[in-house]
Parts: sequence; C-alpha cells; structure tokens
Amino acid sequence: MSDTLLSFEESLEKFDPAMGLEVHVELNTNTKMFCGCPAVFGGEPNTQTCPTCLGLPGAMPAVNAKAVESAMRIGLALNCEIAEWCRFARKNYFYPDMPKNFQTSQYDEPIAFDGYLDVEIPARSGEGTETFRVDIERAHMEEDTGKSLHVGGATGRIQGADHSLVDYNRAGIPLIEIVTKPIMGSREKAPEIAKAYVAQLRELIVALGVSDARMDQGSIRADVNLSLAPAGSGGLGTRTETKNVNSLRSVERAVRYEMQRHAAILDEGGSILQETRHWQEDSGVTLSGRPKSDADDYRYFPEPDLVPVAPSREWVEELRGTLPELPREKRARLQKEWGFSDLEMRDTVGAGALGLVEETIGAGASPQAARKWWLSDMARRANEKGVDVADLGVAPTDVARVQELVDEGRINDKLARQVFDGLLAGEGTPDEIVAARGLEIVSDDGALGAAVDKAIEANPDVADKIRDGKVAAAGALIGAVMKEMRGQADAGRVRELILERLS
Amino acid sequence: MPEITRQEVEHLADLARIDLSDAELDQIAPQLSVILESVASIKEAAADDIAPTSHALPLTNVFREDVVVPGLTAEQALSGAPEVDQQRFSVPRILGEEA
Ligand SMILES: [Zn+2]
Repeated sequence: MSDTLLSFEESLEKFDPAMGLEVHVELNTNTKMFCGCPAVFGGEPNTQTCPTCLGLPGAMPAVNAKAVESAMRIGLALNCEIAEWCRFARKNYFYPDMPKNFQTSQYDEPIAFDGYLDVEIPARSGEGTETFRVDIERAHMEEDTGKSLHVGGATGRIQGADHSLVDYNRAGIPLIEIVTKPIMGSREKAPEIAKAYVAQLRELIVALGVSDARMDQGSIRADVNLSLAPAGSGGLGTRTETKNVNSLRSVERAVRYEMQRHAAILDEGGSILQETRHWQEDSGVTLSGRPKSDADDYRYFPEPDLVPVAPSREWVEELRGTLPELPREKRARLQKEWGFSDLEMRDTVGAGALGLVEETIGAGASPQAARKWWLSDMARRANEKGVDVADLGVAPTDVARVQELVDEGRINDKLARQVFDGLLAGEGTPDEIVAARGLEIVSDDGALGAAVDKAIEANPDVADKIRDGKVAAAGALIGAVMKEMRGQADAGRVRELILERLS
Repeated sequence: MPEITRQEVEHLADLARIDLSDAELDQIAPQLSVILESVASIKEAAADDIAPTSHALPLTNVFREDVVVPGLTAEQALSGAPEVDQQRFSVPRILGEEA
C-alpha cells in the first residue's frame, strides 16, 4: 500500500515543518565503552565479547576514559556546555540485540548540552552560501547494540522471520548520540538543511578524528523526526521518527517524503500517528514501524555499577585546546588563501573535491589550475564512471605534476587530458605516460617551421589576409599546424612563426 | 502515602515480561505498596541539605585506560546459549518489532 503524498510546494503552502535530528556516532576507540573488548568493525561473529558486554553475572563495567574524552571534544566542537557532574543510567528494555536487557546510556544528565552547529547551505538568493544555526539539545554517551540477522522468512525483514541470529561484537561499542532542538523556520530548505547538518556534523567528527564516520558502515547513523504545523501557527504537530536513514542523500529524501506524507494526511483532516518509521533506500519511501506504546516506558534509573563522571574544568579546557580547526573555519581560510569566489568554493565543496584541491595545491599547483582539473576533467570522468571524484584513482600529486608539465611548456591542456587517460588506464606516472605516448610538444623550430610553411602553402587566401594585416585570420593557420603536429605544439609559438613569415 | 494500584502492577509486570495471574496481582499489589511505604520512610531521615544519591561511595571519575584486554573466545561466549547457528546466538523471532 503506497502513501498518498501532497506535492512539496503545496505542503509548504499549508504547513510549516519542524525537524529534530538524532545522530549516533560510533567512536573509534580501541575498546568498548565499559569493557576492554576490541571495538573494531568486521570481526568474526562473537569473537569480541566478555562477561561485561554479554551481560553475564558478575560483570564489572568500567568507563573508557578515551570515550569520555571523545564525547567532551565532540561537545566542545558543538559549542556545548560540559556537565560538571553527570551519571550513566539504565534504559530498560527487552530486545535480543541488548544482552543485558538494558542499555547503559545517559538520561537527564548528558555529558554535553546546549550547543549549536552553524550549517552552511546554498543561499536563498542563489548566490554563495548562507548560514543556518542548528541548536544542539544534548550529546550523551551510550553503548551500541549487537547485530541481528533475521533468517527463515523473507530476506532480512523481521516479519516472517523464524528466528534471529545475534552477533555481540558490536554490543558495547561507544556511541555518542547528538540530539538537536526542534529545527524551526527551515521551510522549503528543510530537506537541504537536514542533509547539510548531517554532512557538516560528519565533517566535524572527521576533523576531530573520533570516529571512522562511515555512514555506509553504520558508524554514523541518523534518525529524522518530523512534524508539520499549520503554516504561520508557530506550533508543533505530532511527529514521526524515521530510522534507518543511512546516507546523506537519504536524509534529504526522507525529510521531503515525510513532509509530503504528513501534509496529505493533515490536509484530508486526518491525524498523524506518533510512530517509528523505516526508510526504504531502494523505493525511497518510509514504512510504518511500530506505534509509540507502553513499551517505550524505559524506566530509566541511575546506573549503580558506575560512579558519576565529573570532569574538572582544567580537563575541559585542556580538551578545548586540542580542538582542530573546524571545517567551516577551514573552508573560509582556504577560500581566502586561494582567492576563490563563493561560487567556485561552493562547487569545489559540492563536488567533494575540497581535500583533493587542497592537496594538489600543496603539491605545487596554482589554486585555479587545481580547481580546473578537479572540477572539470576529473568530475566529468568520475560522473561517467559513477564514482566519487576521490575514488577515481587519480592522485593529487599526479594532477600537480601534469600541471607542472603544462607550465613548463612540455605539454598543453589538450595533451594533459591524454595524460589523464593514461593515468586512469594505469599506464604509470605522468612523466612515463608522456614519454610512452610521445606526447611532448615539439619545440624544434625546424619541424614547426616546416609545418607552418605547409599550412601557408595550403591556404594561400588566408595567408593573403594576414599579409593585409588581418591578424585574426591566423587562427585558421594555427589550427592547420596543430592538426599537422597532432596537437603536440605550442600554439603561441606557432602563431609567432606564422606572423614572422607573413609580415 | 505511596500506593501502587493493581493496574500499575499489571503494567510493570508487562514491561518486565512477567506473566501474573489475577490471583497473583491481587496478592502482590498490596505487598508492593507496603514495600514502597517502607522505602518512603527514608525520606524522613534525609534532611533538605542532603542531596539524593545513587551511590554509597563519594567517588567520581573511575576510568579505565583504552587498552584491549583478552575476552572470551566465540566458543566460550556461545557456551551458555540454548541454540547456536552460524557462530551466533539463535533466538526466537521477534514479533511486532522492527529491524
Ligand atoms: Zn566486553
């Protein structure tokens, strides 16, 4: 059964969206949150467990200092207050992926709270970027669950599964859950802001170095809460929580879908059921999960096996001093250094080429040359291959070397493209490819002169025009010479030789 | 006076996955009320200047270094499992729940 949707435009005419985003970040600590088991991805099933993370009797949990540090660094980078004193709490529920029958989390005493992230989005005017502030409610520490494999029924889905197979390697890996305050006033930008928030939060996490930050592997996971209220009312409607949103593109699509779905229901005079929904990557829809119910009574209480965390202000300030340059500040600095326009910078970031351009410049290329190669040639080739530009297989040092060859006059832009063909075909380094393919520009005036003479002879009428002072006509002769030289000539030098002969 | 209703006991039993008969509910509800009453008497001992506590010891910041320590082998981990399949704990399917 498919949902009825109102058009995106109509849903905005009638309603205002409010969003809440919950992002779980799996930390890249060596060990789990409360035990010394390895916290690495991809081990054989149930090879990374101990009595503590299996919830066996006699378990002795102890808090991972590094995880607390990472949590505080994330909080500080999000402009949060750091709690002077906070506790862990038990969140009680029964589910096979949680072997203790409770998740050790934080309840009303998060380690970090009241922050914000300034998110850059394309400006409404269409020129450059603008900033949208997303307020952060809290960032708290908790532990991941095990992984269930549902077998016997329809593939992987719970409905119809005969039984579930559980691997507890992931159970207990440190998680930081970052929760926004309701995001109001985003209007037509809501899907874009949601995506930009998760993308820029991810960049921040990468800059902090606290997580692998791989959405495809689940080390960053987003839940999208959405509600609609009548346009202009300033109220908050009933929300749904969409889980399983595991790519940036899906964040944007899920917000858009839920806006349109809610709008259709409300427009018909219906009401929204407060429920969990699941994003379906393949079909681009959300499916009803379960309604909020008595089972959501988690009966939190302070964790008696762990003592409170009370970070000294000295520790907090010490960690504040370790914060890296934040992505947004870095972008502003680089744009200034490189002299890029807002549009050039936006395109570079949008193409996922910021780091590549930065490295290419670091390897000696000029900013404009680096941008030109990555955003025109490389972006096009990546698009053709259906891969990210970073995964194309061309290294920034290669691009810098190709540009150096151009600057030295040994090849031109057209020949450079052939060098890139060679790089993608795995033919070696730029220098090897230039040598093997014989791409070097002919700078021998003898050979060039002969080609020029031949072109003049073949085009006497053009030659006459140039003799009469119509220098612009030289283009036709330059073209003929370049063709004769199979592109391996310096067009400027060819022009000089033509004018020498015909003046 | 704290009093726990029969419905509340039924709800809690449900959350704890404990199946209680009508007779058991009749018996347990008043008992729990008495227990709550006893616990509530602690309130009388605690003066306003004593903050509520969740721990007996005045300790904070007991941390563990982020160093791997050997845990269980898969065989050990699975040794208590009623059923094992593909080196995983095999559990009954979960009804009306999500993936
Ligand atoms: Zn463990």
